[in-house]
Amino acid sequence: MDLNRREFLKTIGVVSLAGLGAKGFEILAPGELEAKEGPVAKGKQWAMVIDMPKCIAKNQKEPCTECMKACHTIHNVPDFGDPKVEIKWIWKEKYENTFPGTHHEYTNEALHGKDFIVLCNHCTNPPCVRVCPTKATWQRPDGIVMMDWHRCIGCRFCMAACPFGSRSFNWGDPRLCPPERNPGFPTNMAYPTRSKGVVEKCTFCPELLAKGELPACVQACKKIKVDALVFGDLNDPESEVRAVLREKYTIRRKPELGTAPKVFYVI
Amino acid sequence: MYDATKILAGLIIGIGLFMSPFFYNAGKAAKAPTPELTPKAKEAKVCVESKEYMKANHMHLLDTWRHTVVRDDVRYFRSPVNDKMHYMSLQQTCMDCHSNKSKFCDSCHNYLGVTPYCWDCHVAPKEPKEKG
Repeated sequence: MDLNRREFLKTIGVVSLAGLGAKGFEILAPGELEAKEGPVAKGKQWAMVIDMPKCIAKNQKEPCTECMKACHTIHNVPDFGDPKVEIKWIWKEKYENTFPGTHHEYTNEALHGKDFIVLCNHCTNPPCVRVCPTKATWQRPDGIVMMDWHRCIGCRFCMAACPFGSRSFNWGDPRLCPPERNPGFPTNMAYPTRSKGVVEKCTFCPELLAKGELPACVQACKKIKVDALVFGDLNDPESEVRAVLREKYTIRRKPELGTAPKVFYVI
Repeated sequence: MYDATKILAGLIIGIGLFMSPFFYNAGKAAKAPTPELTPKAKEAKVCVESKEYMKANHMHLLDTWRHTVVRDDVRYFRSPVNDKMHYMSLQQTCMDCHSNKSKFCDSCHNYLGVTPYCWDCHVAPKEPKEKG
């Protein structure tokens, strides 16, 4: 057959265009960012609002750790007294570190250096879930980013993926925590501890939600009548969280990353 | 063969030593342990499933339970034996009746040489120390 180079290339071009068909145009169409804010899921969507002025006011009177104590007691979270191996579900972070890039030197001085309450944000687009190779962490239909410690293989991909440092790794057996720092560990006989090599984090207390109770930290804050932690259903316009979100101006941590946290802060 | 007697004697002694545990235990089969029931478990008469089912399948039941509770958020189990509802929890339900882990769980598990890793995380109830 007599086919010169030019004709051969032409034929190949036409054939491959026909082969691609409509798909060819799809490839050229602009893509979508995976971490964009999608439509709000139907049904219950648990969320939390942290009213910082209330929390700061309480802390100024006397240092308060009630929410952390309640959480870490009920979930058998050990205290090793060493920041390198510390396990934390809910803890304090300085304002500047809670909202990096948002604060500047002229922001309200009352906020500078103040302790903010931080925990897992139960993101709408959780990056930890995307990277988990065993689905040990996944998003429940009600928006809770849950953990199945039975399945965790301790690869720590989720810890690398989480932009909020909300996940902690068990470098050792939590039951070997120093007894003088952890009197009566495990503190809750109805809850398991974790084992060495497992990642853990806040779970929004599904075992309490199932009983119709609020998460342990929220209960603790209500008990001391500070009410800085508000918990409820984002999809229910009558819920307590929606009322606060409506009345007060709230921000979220690192919104530029598009993870859409479900923990909101009143500044 | 040089030193045949020495080698043969050595072989016999060596094999004899190697086999000694078998000879020592010959004819004595270790008795299968019977798991001990606590008064509370005896009083309840029936577990969440029939005794035969639990004997053969408790590990599958527990595996299903942990899956349905953690992953599906389904927390109650209807017993096919008596239609009672049970909260699916190893620590709160199973060990509430069978609070004698060493005599109930461990006796068989040790006999069979299985080491379930449940207790790496799940907290076993404190057992009162045996007297004497």
